[in-house]
Amino acid sequence: MAVTTLDSDASQPARASLLYDPVIRGIVFQVLLALLILYLVVSGIANAAANLANAGIASGFGFLGERAGFDIGQTLIPYTSDSSYQRAFFVGLLNTIFVAAIGIACATVLGFIVGIARLSKNFLVRKVASVYVETLRNIPLLLQLLFWYKAVLSTLPAPRGSLELFNASVLLNNRGLIIPQWLPEAGAGIVYASIAIGIGAAIVIARWAKRRQMATGQAFPTIRMALGLVIGLPLVVLFLMGTPFTPQYPELKGFNFVGGSTLRPEFMALLLGLSLYTAAFIAEIVRAGILAVSKGQTEAAYSLGIRPNTTMRLVIIPQALRVIIPPLTSQYLNLTKNSSLAIAVGYPDLVSVFSGTVANQTGQAVEVISITMLVYLSLSLLTSAFMNWFNSRVALVER
Amino acid sequence: MTKIILSAAAGAVALGLGAQVASAQTLESVQENGYVQCGVSTGLAGFSNTDDAGDWTGLDVDYCRALAAAIFDDPEAVRFTPLSAVERFTALQSGEIDVLSRNTTWTMSRDTDLGLNFVGVTFYDGQGFMVPKELEVTSALQLSGASVCVQSGTTTELNLTDYFNANNMDYNPVVFEGLEEVNAAYNAGRCDVYTTDSSGLASIRLQLDNPDDHMILPELISKEPLGPSVRQGDEQWFDIAKWVYYALVSAEELGVNSENVEEMTESENPDIRRLVGSEGTFGEDIGLENDWALKAIKHVGNYGEIFERNVGPETPLQIERGLNALYTDGGVQYAMPVR
Repeated sequence: MAVTTLDSDASQPARASLLYDPVIRGIVFQVLLALLILYLVVSGIANAAANLANAGIASGFGFLGERAGFDIGQTLIPYTSDSSYQRAFFVGLLNTIFVAAIGIACATVLGFIVGIARLSKNFLVRKVASVYVETLRNIPLLLQLLFWYKAVLSTLPAPRGSLELFNASVLLNNRGLIIPQWLPEAGAGIVYASIAIGIGAAIVIARWAKRRQMATGQAFPTIRMALGLVIGLPLVVLFLMGTPFTPQYPELKGFNFVGGSTLRPEFMALLLGLSLYTAAFIAEIVRAGILAVSKGQTEAAYSLGIRPNTTMRLVIIPQALRVIIPPLTSQYLNLTKNSSLAIAVGYPDLVSVFSGTVANQTGQAVEVISITMLVYLSLSLLTSAFMNWFNSRVALVER
Repeated sequence: MTKIILSAAAGAVALGLGAQVASAQTLESVQENGYVQCGVSTGLAGFSNTDDAGDWTGLDVDYCRALAAAIFDDPEAVRFTPLSAVERFTALQSGEIDVLSRNTTWTMSRDTDLGLNFVGVTFYDGQGFMVPKELEVTSALQLSGASVCVQSGTTTELNLTDYFNANNMDYNPVVFEGLEEVNAAYNAGRCDVYTTDSSGLASIRLQLDNPDDHMILPELISKEPLGPSVRQGDEQWFDIAKWVYYALVSAEELGVNSENVEEMTESENPDIRRLVGSEGTFGEDIGLENDWALKAIKHVGNYGEIFERNVGPETPLQIERGLNALYTDGGVQYAMPVR
């Protein structure tokens, strides 16, 4: 880089030759490479379009507006066979996000419990956790899904012989888990509002408590207070309003139960498989994270008279999280992408609905698969952006 | 450095300009390979299924064998590719297979949008419903509220929706990509009803744990003309595929079968003489030898023989000829004349 002359005397040639100037050369090659890549992409697309036209295969994205004509078993948004393919796409996407979000929550909770259990002083707890981790993370996920679906949930009794739980209000059969539905009456809005107020108030109090502790050193029972606000307040309002919800219990009518909400076995199998499998990996990450905090930290905290629980919460876990978050992000991404195995158990996720049924009914595989890949890419980038933000929050702050 | 970039650029140009796939000349590539690549189902008894010895058998399989026999005089010169409903068209479009013979319904959108040409109808079918007898259902109109097992990416999936909507009935679709998964789900009682082409139901019923506990309802809710298809854009290959099918049906009509076809070359009947290649150059006109139909019939039999052997009343499927009888016997199988 030191070719440029310090002396800009006009009598001396400033540069030997443009060709040998590393800066110019660098720019030229960068531009060339960029053009080349652009050319490859454009010609690839043009080539695919030309070949599709030659083969007499319809192309373009116009099909998204056409009537879908098929039904989907689980829909989170209103959808009928008269809806468009685009709507079917969103139904599939929401089903994917739904199972991934619940799966991530379950896997995280279970993973943390098992990870901490592996470090337990209790022999039995420690060994049970080890067996769990070693078994589940070493069996391919697809096999686990098929196990849950075919070996466990399919063997449940038919609707007429359903297993009855909680005084027959919850039913379990090979069509799924059927729970009563609570239909809102007048006044239900106030209960919903109280939940929102509870959450808002908890956040405000947590901030205030932290600021006060920073300023004065006085601790405040934030967690207990927050729990009271988020759970207790809506409960109190619920009873004050005289429970403005009517339960609708499932009833056997014709072939199956009518009323209540059904968790289909396809969903349960996928959720069980994804959560249990990913939890095994998360457990190892959590264990590694905790072990990464040196014992000196605990001893230092004890010597300052901090109690074991507080030590864990305020000294060990914040430091362990720094080690845990990055690999945890990978696990979340894995779980989201693994949810595409839903097709094996018939859960109507994005891959099954969109790149399965829609691709086949329209025959436009190129377009459909491109959209599906873009969606998974965006989902993964969003998850990882959120986790990176969270990571920067808990990262070591150097003062 | 410069060299690398130059060669990369040259490669890119070659890729961009030279990659237009030639879609014609399927026959040439088939003859070069020495076998026909045939897409079949992943296992539907009577249509395309492997037997105890691991050989493919069935009505759809026999069509491919007839095609191979017409080209190579060898019914074994076929490579079978089992395909799910979702994979089948892509496999044909991409050239992975030369002909798709997989109980596939001929519809307008498939014929026009997918770049396919349907060869003919080897089996006239309709969509039906199968239920366990213990449900005591006698008509499809009593199925409101039922869970229905169906394979994704099929016309079945669309007809099902239309039928239940038209009759104001609710249902709960349980959709799988693979035929085996749908079978397993129905077998395990995941759904009350199994719906697909009625020939398929007859075949699937036999694979259930207790076939006698299940019955097929009388209603047929759609037209399902099943037939082989080829890629658009290769007229010669399309002609070969089409006329092999017509030859099989003509042979039955003319009383030519696998046993008497060699003698028939001496026949006096000009229709038969043209079919078996004793007269005219029909084979050469489609790029084969003149005894193309003779070879196909000799090895595989005529349409009637293929039907009886694979799905007819003597087989476990016990399907009557019905619509699939020749037009002379009250059916709709009608071959264009070889002349």
